[in-house]
Amino acid sequence: MLAALLSEIPYWGQSLLRVLGGLVAVLLPAGTVVYLFLFKMMSFMQSRLGPMEAGPYGSMQLFAEVGKWLQKEDIVPDAAAPEARIFKLAPLIVLASTFLLVVVVPFGPDALFTNFETGIFYALAVSSVSVLGILIAGWSSANKYSLLGGLRAAGQLVAYELPMVLAVVGVVIQAGTMNLQQIVVAQNTGSIFGFDGVGNPYVITQFVAFIVFMIAVQAELTQTPFDMPIAESELVSGYMTEYSGFRFLIFFIGEFATAGVFSMIASILFLGGWGVPFSWFGWTTIDSIDNWMNVGGPLILFTKMLVLVFFIMWIRFSFPRFREDQLQRFAWKGLIPIALANIMLTAVLKVAF
Amino acid sequence: MAKPKVPGMFKGLGVTFATLVRTAKDGANTIQYPHEKETPPLRARGVIALHEGNCTSCMLCARSCPDWCIYIEGHKELAPPRRAGGAPRKVNKLDRFDIDYALCMYCGICVDVCPFDALFWSPEYEYSEPSIADLLHDKTKLGEWMQTVAEAPELEVGAEKKGKK
Repeated sequence: MLAALLSEIPYWGQSLLRVLGGLVAVLLPAGTVVYLFLFKMMSFMQSRLGPMEAGPYGSMQLFAEVGKWLQKEDIVPDAAAPEARIFKLAPLIVLASTFLLVVVVPFGPDALFTNFETGIFYALAVSSVSVLGILIAGWSSANKYSLLGGLRAAGQLVAYELPMVLAVVGVVIQAGTMNLQQIVVAQNTGSIFGFDGVGNPYVITQFVAFIVFMIAVQAELTQTPFDMPIAESELVSGYMTEYSGFRFLIFFIGEFATAGVFSMIASILFLGGWGVPFSWFGWTTIDSIDNWMNVGGPLILFTKMLVLVFFIMWIRFSFPRFREDQLQRFAWKGLIPIALANIMLTAVLKVAF
Repeated sequence: MAKPKVPGMFKGLGVTFATLVRTAKDGANTIQYPHEKETPPLRARGVIALHEGNCTSCMLCARSCPDWCIYIEGHKELAPPRRAGGAPRKVNKLDRFDIDYALCMYCGICVDVCPFDALFWSPEYEYSEPSIADLLHDKTKLGEWMQTVAEAPELEVGAEKKGKK
């Protein structure tokens, strides 16, 4: 097994592999999401072709964009200069939360960074670290638009954190564990009323939670119906206004890497993660899984992630944005009661069956 | 809370998805400009051409130009008389006729105001220059644009019978 193989590598080697794996796990989804959805899908939905010049079908456009950002001047506004260190730190905090998030994502039976017992709890806690970065960015820019954007972002992320957590609680109750790996196993070994042909992906039994979770993810990522904090037409990109060059790039990577990682977590919670229904191959427990799943698992997870990101981006490109009060009302009066009702129903059914 | 408009939401998603499929199947509405070119309509306002022979350097166009981008210089010359024994005629000779396309805003007032049909719209649009000074087109260059001017359309039936003025 892979785990045995890994333990023969010295500690520094393991750490290096983990860092490289983390970079790949963050940057690969981000790049794919930006090229496939932001460049191509958005263009096609607007009846144009998008970037076509850099590489075949513009596939090298990302490298061109990154190169462009890297050569730009790193500007710190005069008013922000006294706290320049904090100003410069903010994008890194946002990106760090993405890296911390990917740590608990299981990619295969052995292909994972850590096997936290309380994985989903940790993931939800760490994902709110990015709010700090955004708030710091908005405040330290010494610009009223940035401050407004930062405060709106903080208010929105706090409001949508709650339905997200509550939606996850339903899954946790049904799976009986907070460990993401075991949630995957529970879905793929489970059965719906004795029928185990497709396992028991929680998107079926926890459909309400899935919808609430995806809406909350949309808001957490500040994608379009919920992009009041960014609002390029009124706040000139909110907390990102004063950032240029590679610090803006880091915000940008952070946004789309988080979209990828959140979709991975959503597919783990609701779509069965890296696994295929174990009964297809005659597996019973996680230890009896064939080794090829360590390669196949990440690919399956990646595919499911792309499907979910497709929906996130589809909604992003179709709808105009909510007003600030509509946005808050939707979270507090709409999503949270639904999520609470879902928890109660799940708990009752869990005890009943 | 206002009544949620769910069907409209899904209709919106349908519109974007239908456009996605249509673009993937039939191609985009846009064209990839440097590789393929669009033919503008014949009477598009691309560039202004000068028919030098018609110009009398009356300065009407230069004076009506809102941003003063037309520069005209001329002098008077004596031409031989029309009839034997007559006095020599005075004619205006055009020395300089420049249009600064860095200033021009394509309003077309000069074309409208010209009483002698010396200025025409041409649909040509590819005359950008690396240096802004090269956008000042002199009268030879403006004359070359004349070749790209479309033929005037046929008059409508009955239009030529104009009442005496």
